[in-house]
Amino acid sequence: MKKKLMAFLLLASLLCAALTGCGGSSTEKTPEGGQTQTGSTDAVANDITVGIAQDLDDSLDPHLAVAAGTKEVMFNVFEGLMKPTSTGDLTPAVAESYTVSEDRLTYTFTLREGVKFHNGDEVTAEDVVYSISRCADTTDGTPLVEAFSVIQSVEAVDARTVAITISEPSNEFISYMTTAILPAGYDQQDTAPVGTGPFKFVSRAAQDNIVLEKFDEYWGTPAYLDKVTFKIMENADSLVMSLQSGAIDLCSHLTSTQVAQLGGDFYVAEGTMNLVQALYLNNAEKPFDDVRVRQALCYAVDKQGIIDLAFDGYGSPIGSSMYPAFGKYFDESLTNYYTKDVEKAKSLLTDAGYPNGFEMTITVPSNYQPHIDTAQVLVEQLKEIGVTAKIELVEWGTWVSDVYAGRQFQSTVVGVDASNMTARALLERFTSDYAKNFINYNSADYDALFQQALTTYDDAGQTAIYKAMEKNLTENAANVYIQDLADLVAVRQGLEGVTFYPIYVLDLSTVRYAE
Amino acid sequence: MKRLNGYLKAGLLLTGFLTLLIVVGYFWTPYDPSAMMAGPKLSGPTLHNLMGTDNFGRDIFSRVLKGAGTTFAIAAAVVAIGAVCGTVIGALTGYFGGVVDEVLMRFNDALTAFPSILLALVIISVLGPGNKYNVVLALGIVFIPSFARVTRTAFAALRDVNYVKSARLMGAGSGRILVVHILPNTIQVLLPAITIGFNNAVLAEASMSYLGIGVTPPDASLGYMLSEAQSMFTAAPWYAVCTGATIILLVFGVGLIGEGLQRRGREVD
Repeated sequence: MKKKLMAFLLLASLLCAALTGCGGSSTEKTPEGGQTQTGSTDAVANDITVGIAQDLDDSLDPHLAVAAGTKEVMFNVFEGLMKPTSTGDLTPAVAESYTVSEDRLTYTFTLREGVKFHNGDEVTAEDVVYSISRCADTTDGTPLVEAFSVIQSVEAVDARTVAITISEPSNEFISYMTTAILPAGYDQQDTAPVGTGPFKFVSRAAQDNIVLEKFDEYWGTPAYLDKVTFKIMENADSLVMSLQSGAIDLCSHLTSTQVAQLGGDFYVAEGTMNLVQALYLNNAEKPFDDVRVRQALCYAVDKQGIIDLAFDGYGSPIGSSMYPAFGKYFDESLTNYYTKDVEKAKSLLTDAGYPNGFEMTITVPSNYQPHIDTAQVLVEQLKEIGVTAKIELVEWGTWVSDVYAGRQFQSTVVGVDASNMTARALLERFTSDYAKNFINYNSADYDALFQQALTTYDDAGQTAIYKAMEKNLTENAANVYIQDLADLVAVRQGLEGVTFYPIYVLDLSTVRYAE
Repeated sequence: MKRLNGYLKAGLLLTGFLTLLIVVGYFWTPYDPSAMMAGPKLSGPTLHNLMGTDNFGRDIFSRVLKGAGTTFAIAAAVVAIGAVCGTVIGALTGYFGGVVDEVLMRFNDALTAFPSILLALVIISVLGPGNKYNVVLALGIVFIPSFARVTRTAFAALRDVNYVKSARLMGAGSGRILVVHILPNTIQVLLPAITIGFNNAVLAEASMSYLGIGVTPPDASLGYMLSEAQSMFTAAPWYAVCTGATIILLVFGVGLIGEGLQRRGREVD
């Protein structure tokens, strides 16, 4: 009888152990990380494992990839004629230099000598023409890079010179020249990408890892590391354990709770994520088609409260689709355009015909803990004005297809990044007919301002217009803007050189083991 | 009432106590379970917060009370679906046998061939995730085969016993024989099956929520809380311990009842 009881107790505790174990088990099978722990003294293992939150399952083809997480990783593999720098400027990459004609319509790029693709071929003018033309191709309606619709012709003048002619002058055209240069006619970018970056693609195991290796024939400063393995950690819970166990050496985008548990093996590098985190509202969906309802939500939300409660105070509040790292385009006065005012929110709701509030659904990608945490605080804050919000967790793939591409959602908490370092990259998406205007924002004033910005060529004037567009978004409460998240990066002691960019990328070419 | 053995007494006591807590938690908790900053963030157990607070400063004790209620309710509903449908299938196949038996039981075998959580995940992905009722439905379907198997054996065994034969001779219809004559005599196997099923359902719900498919935040459920607790295990071990211990006690109590019922059945025989 006693034996049976013991057996039962054992069984019960076993069942619970199995329950708690099932999330973490996937992380325990990579003990090879032990090698890299001693990497600073061991010259052989010059490699690291980097944890990332989601698989690169949209496309490895840089012209087709949509997810910020994919671009973040593939930044190490691809380069354009120009390349962004960590200070927000552009520097020539595949091109050595360029000149602009006097009428500002023709850009002539001189290619750098000796730039090679990962397959060993030298980059020729033909490859550049192919890459640019591919993104400018309008046979499917809109070009892959929207801004390339102004391109009239791309010509190889000689083997090392390419001339691009555009239909109207543009301040920003050059910043889109960061578009990846690919070998002409190569049709397997999706599975075996080939670029010119400091790292070359080696392999991808779906939902497990992506392996990059140092590209020895890189034209510029070579990478320090020989090999980088990106390990996909879709379960945010197991991240800390993987870091502590030594399976992962570097991981971006951690939460403050995770950081607090890391212990002495790691130090934390803090930057900004360069994301516009907001409660994005589907402006075409009831009740958010009413500006008063959207404003009411803005008045209900206490940004600093969210930052303090869910992020231990790390993060910069924002008030429009622009983050502080953008410097001149960032309008600080918009940050506190709406301050928490429950009474005002309630009266706006009453005016809009919802005196007793309403029910809404917040769709959140389940692999982004910061967004889930934010949503949980939002639910609490919205309760105060009588709005009952329900959180719906969806897989990242579902989010991309249903919310982002399909626009089938009511509201979502997510961070939107800039694919290029231009104000346009953040603001164009809210013009009414833009393909990626997933919130269905529709303002004639906004569209007009954008057209005006496109045809204004002096920098100060254009900046003023972009600021007016930000203000338009804020005044019409397009979304409930929250913050630019702090980017907390856990770095194993002994590693150094983590560099932050004003765009959402993780540059591993500068990461190295300290001497 | 037949006498209660030790297992039954202990089980009833433990389950009764937990049920009482759950009922109390339904009407009253020390703090609003989703109210943030009810205490300092991630503080250990104190007199104000019996089980400490989580990373939003929510009172864990209040959340455990609410969460246990959610888990308990889902498990009960799952077992109800499984037991009712399973008994109907088991009764029909066990009593009539023949082609119906073959077809239904082979289908049953096919269902049992899948790991139950995986099967539930498939069903949920068809029904649409993020909805409590879909989780209940999915788990309920997954639980049908085991009940069907157990009751089928009981019905098959009782099909040709003398009192059933005589009822048949007296002209009783199949329906009447099944419900009035055989069903009451299968209670002896059905009750333990229900308690075991309940425990499996508690753990299954916890697993589903743990995987982020069951209950969605900020609602509390023991499984979801456990998964939240895991990410801060070194910073707030009491969070995981208190939540996990509640699951163990719930399962243990009902398990004792099941064991007690089985023993009593054997003693009666």
